[in-house]
Amino acid sequence: MIPIQTQLPTWTAVAPTLLLGLTALVLLIVDSIDPDSTRPTALAGISALGSVAALGVAGWFLLAGTGQEGGAIELYGGSIVVDGMSLFFTVIFASVAAMVSLASFDYLRDRTYQAEFYSLVMLAATGMSLMGSSGSLATVFVSLELASLPSYALVAFLKKNRGSVEAGLKYFLIGAVSSAVFAFGISLVYAVTGSLLLTDVAAAIGSAGDLVGVAGIGIVMIAGGFAFKTASVPFHFWAPEAYEGAPAPISAFLSSASKAAGFAVAFRVFAVAFPIDSVVPMGVDWPLLFAVLAVVTMTLGNFAAATQENVKRMLAYSSVGHAGYALIGLAALSGGGPNGAVMGASMAHLLVYGFMNTGAFLFIAMVEHWGIGRTFEDYNGLARQAPVACLAMTVFMFSLAGLPPFGGFLSKYALFYEAIQGGFWWLAAVGAINSALSLFYYSRVVKAMWIEDPSGSFDLGATPLGIYVAVLVAAVGTLVLLPAFGPVVETAQSAATALFA
Amino acid sequence: MIIEALIAVTFIAAFVVMLAPDEVAGRLAAALSLLPVVGSLYMWSRFDATGNALMGGSVAFETIVPWLELGGYTLSWHVGVDGISLPLVVLTTILSTLAIVSAWTPIDDRQSQFYGLMLFMEANLLGVFTALDFFVWFVFWEAVLLPMYFLIGVWGGPRRKYAAIKFFVYTNIASLAMFIGFIALVFGLGDSVSSLDMPAIAQALRAGELGSLYGIPAGTLRSVAFVAMFLGFAVKVPIVPFHTWLPDAHVEAPSPVSVMLAGVLLKMGTYALLRFNFTMLPETATAFAVPIALIAVISVIYGAMLALAQQDLKRIVAYSSVSSMGYVILGLIAYTTYGVGGATFQMIAHGLISGLMFMSVGVIYNTTHTRMVGDMSGMADRMPVTTGILIAGAFGYMGLPLMAGFAGEFFIFKGAFESTVTAGMPLFTAAAMFGIVIVAGYLLLAMQRTLFGSFRLETDYEVGPAALHETVPLAILLVTIIVLGVAPDLFFGMIQDAVNPLLDFGGEFS
Repeated sequence: MIPIQTQLPTWTAVAPTLLLGLTALVLLIVDSIDPDSTRPTALAGISALGSVAALGVAGWFLLAGTGQEGGAIELYGGSIVVDGMSLFFTVIFASVAAMVSLASFDYLRDRTYQAEFYSLVMLAATGMSLMGSSGSLATVFVSLELASLPSYALVAFLKKNRGSVEAGLKYFLIGAVSSAVFAFGISLVYAVTGSLLLTDVAAAIGSAGDLVGVAGIGIVMIAGGFAFKTASVPFHFWAPEAYEGAPAPISAFLSSASKAAGFAVAFRVFAVAFPIDSVVPMGVDWPLLFAVLAVVTMTLGNFAAATQENVKRMLAYSSVGHAGYALIGLAALSGGGPNGAVMGASMAHLLVYGFMNTGAFLFIAMVEHWGIGRTFEDYNGLARQAPVACLAMTVFMFSLAGLPPFGGFLSKYALFYEAIQGGFWWLAAVGAINSALSLFYYSRVVKAMWIEDPSGSFDLGATPLGIYVAVLVAAVGTLVLLPAFGPVVETAQSAATALFA
Repeated sequence: MIIEALIAVTFIAAFVVMLAPDEVAGRLAAALSLLPVVGSLYMWSRFDATGNALMGGSVAFETIVPWLELGGYTLSWHVGVDGISLPLVVLTTILSTLAIVSAWTPIDDRQSQFYGLMLFMEANLLGVFTALDFFVWFVFWEAVLLPMYFLIGVWGGPRRKYAAIKFFVYTNIASLAMFIGFIALVFGLGDSVSSLDMPAIAQALRAGELGSLYGIPAGTLRSVAFVAMFLGFAVKVPIVPFHTWLPDAHVEAPSPVSVMLAGVLLKMGTYALLRFNFTMLPETATAFAVPIALIAVISVIYGAMLALAQQDLKRIVAYSSVSSMGYVILGLIAYTTYGVGGATFQMIAHGLISGLMFMSVGVIYNTTHTRMVGDMSGMADRMPVTTGILIAGAFGYMGLPLMAGFAGEFFIFKGAFESTVTAGMPLFTAAAMFGIVIVAGYLLLAMQRTLFGSFRLETDYEVGPAALHETVPLAILLVTIIVLGVAPDLFFGMIQDAVNPLLDFGGEFS
């Protein structure tokens, strides 16, 4: 296949990002023409269509080899980079955004400010997509803020709900602090290297000389910024509160897409700007830092999840645990090792996670829509009333736990496997033990839905079509990703390997 | 492509049944499950494999499609059957259909989900017995657990939640141990294998290409991996002392599910032991021969003693499975044509006979709502046909000639006596044969107390003959058992053909 850049102007490489941004603007225009819009169908439809279009274009570019054959496409002097990795992550963001838009249609019924909701979601998705293609620390910071600011508003969207507002405030405060830490880290790295472009930083950081301490502190502070965005320890405190308080579709969006965006930028910044071969001999051993973070994050997340009584909180903590698994992609790196393979496996896990975790939170959205409580006991016997939805939730739970025959099994398997191949068998062992532990709390949901007898009677009312379709799409995606995992992981690994070239 | 078709048809059938209304689900599931039966019988009629699939023999209906590559290892969709797996495929399809039909009476809640899960389980079982790539095999192996967990947990008896979780936790941890053991072997082989293809790995291991791994020498690695895999499969078989999940699962599971559990699921354990431990690491197996034979004998005797002490008909049959599977292990460790071949044959025979027993106990329970030996007597007066079949099945269990159980046990004992693997084999065999006496004892005792004498049962229900759709599956099973007992060569020829290559240790070790 002929790479797309030989046929289209170069700027079209960012078309997926542009499509997401344009969708946000279109939503605002629709709203200004008809401010009291009582037509949520149109808004959700535009939002979903825009995401699907971005997904389609990103997928097309990815298959056509854009930015992969013949090197990455650079725009604005290298500040924006489009390569296999950015397109791969855009596929994740766009598919999550599409499912969330679809599900929000029912969730937002009879609420005000619907157009703003959808355009904030689209703006955040635009920011995430930009994060994936940031080639400079400046664009990293700007796109991170573009993704974060709408998220703060979205978490607090239920402005009459105390939990939602409190969650938004907490998220905002921690976000602001970590942004400051992050910006300060960037400034230190800039002071040492004299550049913000990732490739120039890489070239200059090897000769930091006496300033190695400054560079080291800068790198650690940048890592802190990512830890916040990916909800990794020690910046994970906001996650359970924010995910619990936020409207459930937004919890899905944050815990899947936003987390993946954090990883997208972390993978690129650390792989490109701070090459292991030159930074580690200087004494700045960031893979070790991430190894410690990975172990602590997955263990803490899983143990905290195991003690929850509230399903949404359990999922929130389990999402912290999954950040720990994905961190293996940064932790199991070593000079000259099969680095692209393990990072690619981590990316593939994030894609599968995008489906299964979004699906799980959207199921919670459906349960909230039905007005059923939030504890495990409230889910007792739900499968009698809604077998198809509960079947989908069962798929998500077992897939998150990493059981065959679901997508999550293979992506975790690939991740641990590549870590072992890279010589980090102890990291894989901790991951596998955590994964086995996670089966305990995931199966509690399944047990409540299918095996326990109903403790009360449910009145489910009309079927919320939008959420139903979104949940089923996620379930089918989770299932199909097992047989289709071959091309997925190969694409991800070749995209990741290109970073280390 | 017939294997893919078989698995795919069963998966699709599971999905269709899941969405069907409850009223028609049972009939629909039975009708759809006839497709895999026809397919497997067609496979049997066109079977042309020679030798053992893992030992370089030619494989029937083989497909290899590369799937994905991870860390230098290729995973492929690799399926095929040889003389060991084909009988198990046929057993799975036939027993599934019969179990589905026998569920029409007892299952009255959420039928479409029940039958959908049964078919889902059948599809995965077919995958387990046909997969020749470790990864594909493991996916199917694990996927069998999920429907079983729900089938026990949702439709089971009063302590179903406990039994379902116990089953799930036990077998899942066992799978993990097995998985680690096997992967350690693959890593230990280093560059001599580039895939998780079971034939390739088996041949590399047999050729002695195992190296050291992370400083663990090859000999230790082999032993540790053997033990890890053995433990993993022993739980599934189950062998004493890993058997405690079985009676709980059996007693709580509805009868059609018990039929699948005893008839097919336990065979996964012995099949995997044969495929992995005894095929890939024969020299380690022979090194551990004495303890394994000892465990087998203990399973036989202890299982039978436990059965003797039970009051619940279903528990009796459940514990007797422990004892029967002990024979299978004894046959495997004998490492003779008749020993390993007889063990494989006994897997089929026990699948059919225990299926028959659980099904007839289920029929009695449907009518009387009790399974306690002390609660009933004289059932022969009211349910003559069921009684006759139950007695015939019990005779099969005791190993009466001209029934499949006799053929299987006879082959095993003949093979075990001839075994030269350990000096004590004749002694172990003699001890295990004593189990037959206990089996006959408890079965006859239970039959005599429940079936004969004057009718006594305190119930408000009318106790009469079983319905036609309850009797027909029993009759089919009984006919199959007798046919296999009279003409064991229907399967034994192909089994022997697949078993013989395993006995050649290639002069590497003896």
